[in-house]
Amino acid sequence: MPSYVITEKCDGCKGGDKTACMYICPNDLMVLDPNEMKAYNQEPNQCWECFSCVKICPTQAIEVRGYSDFVPLGSSVMPMLGTEDVMWTCKFRNGLVKRFKFPIRTTPEGAANAYPDLKGKDLDSELLSTEEADGHTIATPAT
Amino acid sequence: MGLPNKPLGEIKAVRDPEVDEREVDILIVGGGMAATGTAFEVKKWTDASVLLCDKASMERSGAVAQGLSAINTYIGDNKPEDYVRMVRNDLMGIVREDLIFDLANHIDDSVHLFEEWGLPMWKKTEDGKNLDGKAGLKMGTLKSGATPVRTGKWQIMINGESYKRIVAEAAKLALGEENIIERCFIVELLLDANEENRIAGAVGFSVRENKVYIIKCKTMMVACGGAVNIYQPRSIGEGMGRAWYPVWNAGSTYTMAMKVGAELTMMENRFTPARFKDGYGPVGAWFLLFKAKALNGLGEAFAGSDAAKAELEKYAPYGTAAITPTCLRNHLMLFEMKEGRGPIMMDTVTALAAIGETMSKKELKHLESEAWEDFLDMTCGQANLWCAQNCEPEKKNSEIMPTEPYLLGSHSGCCGIWVSGPNFDWVPDSYKWDYKGKVYNRMTTVNGLFSSGDGVGASGHKFSSGAHAEGRICAKSMARLVRDNADFTPTLAQSTQELVDLIYKPVRTYLDNCALTTDETINPNYVKPSGMALRLMKATNEYGAGTATFYQTSSKSLEIVMDLLQTMREDCEKLAAGDVHELMRCWEIDHRIWTVEAHLRHIQFRKETRYPGFYYQADYPGQDDENWFCFVNSKYDVKAKTWEMIKKDYVKIIPDA
Repeated sequence: MPSYVITEKCDGCKGGDKTACMYICPNDLMVLDPNEMKAYNQEPNQCWECFSCVKICPTQAIEVRGYSDFVPLGSSVMPMLGTEDVMWTCKFRNGLVKRFKFPIRTTPEGAANAYPDLKGKDLDSELLSTEEADGHTIATPAT
Repeated sequence: MGLPNKPLGEIKAVRDPEVDEREVDILIVGGGMAATGTAFEVKKWTDASVLLCDKASMERSGAVAQGLSAINTYIGDNKPEDYVRMVRNDLMGIVREDLIFDLANHIDDSVHLFEEWGLPMWKKTEDGKNLDGKAGLKMGTLKSGATPVRTGKWQIMINGESYKRIVAEAAKLALGEENIIERCFIVELLLDANEENRIAGAVGFSVRENKVYIIKCKTMMVACGGAVNIYQPRSIGEGMGRAWYPVWNAGSTYTMAMKVGAELTMMENRFTPARFKDGYGPVGAWFLLFKAKALNGLGEAFAGSDAAKAELEKYAPYGTAAITPTCLRNHLMLFEMKEGRGPIMMDTVTALAAIGETMSKKELKHLESEAWEDFLDMTCGQANLWCAQNCEPEKKNSEIMPTEPYLLGSHSGCCGIWVSGPNFDWVPDSYKWDYKGKVYNRMTTVNGLFSSGDGVGASGHKFSSGAHAEGRICAKSMARLVRDNADFTPTLAQSTQELVDLIYKPVRTYLDNCALTTDETINPNYVKPSGMALRLMKATNEYGAGTATFYQTSSKSLEIVMDLLQTMREDCEKLAAGDVHELMRCWEIDHRIWTVEAHLRHIQFRKETRYPGFYYQADYPGQDDENWFCFVNSKYDVKAKTWEMIKKDYVKIIPDA
């Protein structure tokens, strides 16, 4: 299901510090045409349909159209990524619409505890840093 | 209309790129679950300088880019010994039990971190209900003893859309953004000029500007995932991207390691998952959580039939174990299809009706939502396929089918690099080795070079959590190696110019020849990576046990495909890139061809069919325990350009239950 960019909605992220879809695509597919200031998917048959570009686009300019090999026309699946949840709108070919909301994280963005001050003590043990701090012991297989 | 004789990509390649030369103590190559584990852990143990290079953007790179709906390995109340037994049985007996047991000791710590960082875990209430999202936290954390929602003995359910974003966030915070280069594709590892068999650096390039990176290091961890798009996929148009595993995994881990002489293990093992047809949506929750059955074309639940039981008896003790190994489940499915009793359907209708009988309307609504979340969290395209087919799973069954083959070491497959186990007394001597008198857990046979996740062979079923934990193990080993070898200064054998020439060769080939024809894609003096990719996939599909032959190959077919690969390798000298994106594709196809060659050489060497359902060697059907109950390792000799195939003894550490 290759992603595609709606011409009218894409502004090339001109107000941002980076082109969002180009920044996120795991397969380096989304590129900006600097003359038109529009993004496009440069290699649709290498698109994993991961929706990363759809989710990150600040103007909701990116959608996906099912792979022409096997997906009938007429459906759509669209996410709206919030800070705690993702909302999905799933439209069937026959017009049926289903909406789902799923949690995505329980902490504020940027708040992951990276344990910046934790320093391991015994470099020669096999304990990982947080295991050592918790007093974890390493099991030996029961034979 | 202009002639099509200009490169397609936006960032045109230039003949002489900028060069960025660096020297660090520790280099991390990759940005997926394993590499984020290393990134989180490493600074806890050392003040040494660290650099991480990711081909993509860490926030959404690797196999977990679009999320996951479950963590497939959480030990919890289970015994680590039982985890080893499960992995061993699923992989038909031959696994590195030291690595698996060792990992079992650390996996839960990573899972506990994920929850602390904000990944929502489902919890069981005292009266047996499921709570997800923030509601799950009312039951406390897994670390504090809350009960996860298990779908099988080892899997736990999560709300995992942002799984990778959360894990990458912690990794970036721990390592520091200034120590990370994104969009940097490392393509070759470099050995030390003075010390034999010692890693000393790596070379790669930016996929966003004309720049080559040459990085010297004292030690390195390479984890760039498995190999995808190496066999012709079932969909060959736009759908080629709809691979089950991430389509950007190019076998880089295995190829880069083997090209510096690292020993590989069990490269004959592969994974051909049975998934919802075409969309490749997960089936695990359907089988395990919703208790759905697979039916053949006659509507029979064939897996429980007497014929199936008799077939599984042939592969005892694995086939007769409580949980049928993944390859044998495929084997049964293929048997039905070959006998004309296909297609295979997942009976979602009956399963949901049965669960619905005991549920309130509200609970049923939630159940429906869970079924869709399973797709939307990790395979959005499958959800769209259902929408396009007007498929509501409570009303219409869906077809399942085994996919094209994949190579990986962290899921239900176990190909990869041969690495040292931990330095415990219970680890057999043949499973650990030293560098200057000290054993370093997860070090490859190249001194100073480590791997984890999909990179480590003979120890499958790590999945996302295990890959992260294994990456952390590498971090500590590398910190130790740097401390123990403070006087080592990496020295490269190649000059800067030689390395730039190597990396930018496809660009030079393009620039030297592109003016010859009116269409830059068709030129007698070079080959584009897109064409070479199709050539590889055609050859493997037809001769290397692809879907075309129901995963069957033969000695003669292997001989032919080896010849084809040899010519491909020669023609790869003429790969051409007009832009930097295409340069990435050139190096990826190079990596894929080497990885496939290792895979097929292993299949050729192992004269039995160890994994029926994954592949069949027609000249050697069935298992031959007497001769082949051992690991198969291989080693590429860089100087002589020859392959050595090696039998390695398997050691049973954990007794049968």
